[in-house]
Amino acid sequence: MLAPNGFVKTIFLVASKDLRIEWRNREITATMGFFSVLMVLIFAFAFVNPAGDGLKSEVTAGVLWVGLLFSGTIALARTFDRERDLEAIRALLLSPAPRAAIYLGKLLGVVFLMLLVQLAVTLLSGLFFSASIGQHAVWLALFLGLGTLGYAAVGTVVSGALIRSKSRDALIAALLFPLVTPLVMAGVRGTSMLLNPETPDMESIVFWTEFLVVVDAVFLILGLWAFEPVISGE
Amino acid sequence: MSLASAELQLDLVGKTFGRHRALVGVSAVFSPGKISAILGPNGAGKSTLLGILATLVRPSTGTIRWGNELLGPTAPGRAAIGYVGHEPGLYGDLGAFDNLKLFGGLYGKAVDPKVILEKVGLSHVDPLAPVRTYSRGMQQRLALARALLHEPAILLFDEPSAALDPAGASWLSEQLVLQRQAGRIVIVVTHDLDAVAPLTDHLTILRRGRLAHHAPITTTLTGVDLRRIYTETTGACT
Amino acid sequence: MVQHTMPPTSTPPKPATLGVFLLGVAVCILGYAWVPQMIVGAPIEMTMGPVQKIFYFHVPCAWLLMLSVFVCAGGSVAFLFKGSERGDRLARCSSELAVLFGLCVLVTGPLWGRVAWGVYWQWDARLTSSLLLWLIMVAYLLARQYGGPASRKLAAALALFAAADVPLVYISVHIWRTIHPSTSVVPTLAPAMRAVFWTSAALFTVLWFVLLSFRLRLERLRNEVDELAIEVEDVLEVRMETKRI
Repeated sequence: MLAPNGFVKTIFLVASKDLRIEWRNREITATMGFFSVLMVLIFAFAFVNPAGDGLKSEVTAGVLWVGLLFSGTIALARTFDRERDLEAIRALLLSPAPRAAIYLGKLLGVVFLMLLVQLAVTLLSGLFFSASIGQHAVWLALFLGLGTLGYAAVGTVVSGALIRSKSRDALIAALLFPLVTPLVMAGVRGTSMLLNPETPDMESIVFWTEFLVVVDAVFLILGLWAFEPVISGE
Repeated sequence: MSLASAELQLDLVGKTFGRHRALVGVSAVFSPGKISAILGPNGAGKSTLLGILATLVRPSTGTIRWGNELLGPTAPGRAAIGYVGHEPGLYGDLGAFDNLKLFGGLYGKAVDPKVILEKVGLSHVDPLAPVRTYSRGMQQRLALARALLHEPAILLFDEPSAALDPAGASWLSEQLVLQRQAGRIVIVVTHDLDAVAPLTDHLTILRRGRLAHHAPITTTLTGVDLRRIYTETTGACT
Repeated sequence: MVQHTMPPTSTPPKPATLGVFLLGVAVCILGYAWVPQMIVGAPIEMTMGPVQKIFYFHVPCAWLLMLSVFVCAGGSVAFLFKGSERGDRLARCSSELAVLFGLCVLVTGPLWGRVAWGVYWQWDARLTSSLLLWLIMVAYLLARQYGGPASRKLAAALALFAAADVPLVYISVHIWRTIHPSTSVVPTLAPAMRAVFWTSAALFTVLWFVLLSFRLRLERLRNEVDELAIEVEDVLEVRMETKRI
């Protein structure tokens, strides 16, 4: 399929459009951000012993990733709501823009917003759970980044397919979470090792990073294939 | 055959949604430089037909051709289609300029939003105001601007005068005539018989998914004439 | 111009296919009468005792879960990228079988585990990926039912991701020590056990084919009924038109 202005330019147009809308009304960042903060708080009430000194690194890692999953559904749902509002999606699909480029554009927009919120959540978790997030900050960022990318890769397909479904909000989580389990497994294992105050097992961490890269690659390829048929509807 | 004179042809097009057959064996031809009206009772399949003409809906059977080119989801000829549906097809949170520049970019065209807004009578509008704050009539104007951005050879309208005030409706009629003069294939699905009657060059009537009438109009019709033809063909009142 | 089309003739099964199907049913009936006796007569395993015999149907069910998922994924690919209606039917039917056999695995497994290991559940590679696979197949059925206009395509996309997920989850969990018996158990079986096992496995596979073909035919007949209903409407439509004219 030919786009007169190039595949990459289309990705940029779609992503920047989403981010410009977000800049205007800040809806996703506000709702997703607030929801994530509340989640951290609730986890704090649920798990932290006031007398003790913070959470085990495994639990903190779990909190980070559960937060990523749940708050991510907000971004995924809203990004396609905006397309459906005044039927902009129809005009978008009618244009020569390749569907794969639309997919990548939406994906990048969602990933950017999720990462922003994830940054705030990670800092908060460091505060509330006395987690040593600074000691391997780069690796931690890499894990969360890769996890977000893979999650959004599947989520964009699922959310796009549900664009006209009545049960969209209930179904997004139900359909998405089982699919992204490999991400969560690898992510939590690696993150808990990184948050461990004792010296982490670098070999394992490297393995899990490579594993995440493979998972992301698989999800991206499948997502690129599957997006066009599901977004075109019946 | 030059593109400018290419006709839009449907061959035995059918569309089934699960148990529901929306269109059956529709064969039709639409010519450039003419306004073709598509009428029919609710549920007759008009929007589905327009969706197929816009290549947004894939037909279950049959083909759609523009000139010699088969129009499918990946055909380059799709870039020649402009569509104005029930909803304007715009991003409500962005302003007019942003919307036009975005769609221009998607079609690979550099656009001057001011010029385009002038053409549709929206030059007074605040370029940054979100489109969702516009009135329905203003949204329709902007929608038409968006549809015309890339100089389409085929223009499709799905009930464009619905929810428009009389001023808006007469502006729309003027626009249809302008586009016909520009040599475009103009296809309008509508219920507003009075508005479309004096303009239409070709009449298509759908009834329960089938073509009940598909013929050119040789004389200028009044709303009454059109109503009569419609009632006779569909056995319904409108 | 109105059109009048002939209604499609219903498709009875070809004699050869019907014969094979009936043979399969016969094998199942005889087999399920006979194999339990084989299982009872099989030698008792030393360490685990009689409960080990769950393995004779637990393992075949697990294999059939996998098979069903891959058939579902295959049908989904054909539907998503070629628009194959048969692929869609195949995907739907095998997803139901996946949920069925998966349920058998997930029920018999913990029963066995409680006696053999003392716990109903463990988060090792095999168990986790089986549970996950089952959940994704349930999600598939949910998507088909409630997914809105694009539900068939959404479900097909899910099946695709499911097929990719299975090896990924398996590997990720397997890196840690697993207490599940390793895959190499089967070749090291005592000869007497081996005969019983393979007979049972073959029988379950025949059952799977019988159930699948039955369900596929049901689905195909449903589609035909839908088409016939539409044709009837068409014919009535044409008659009304002719009367008016």
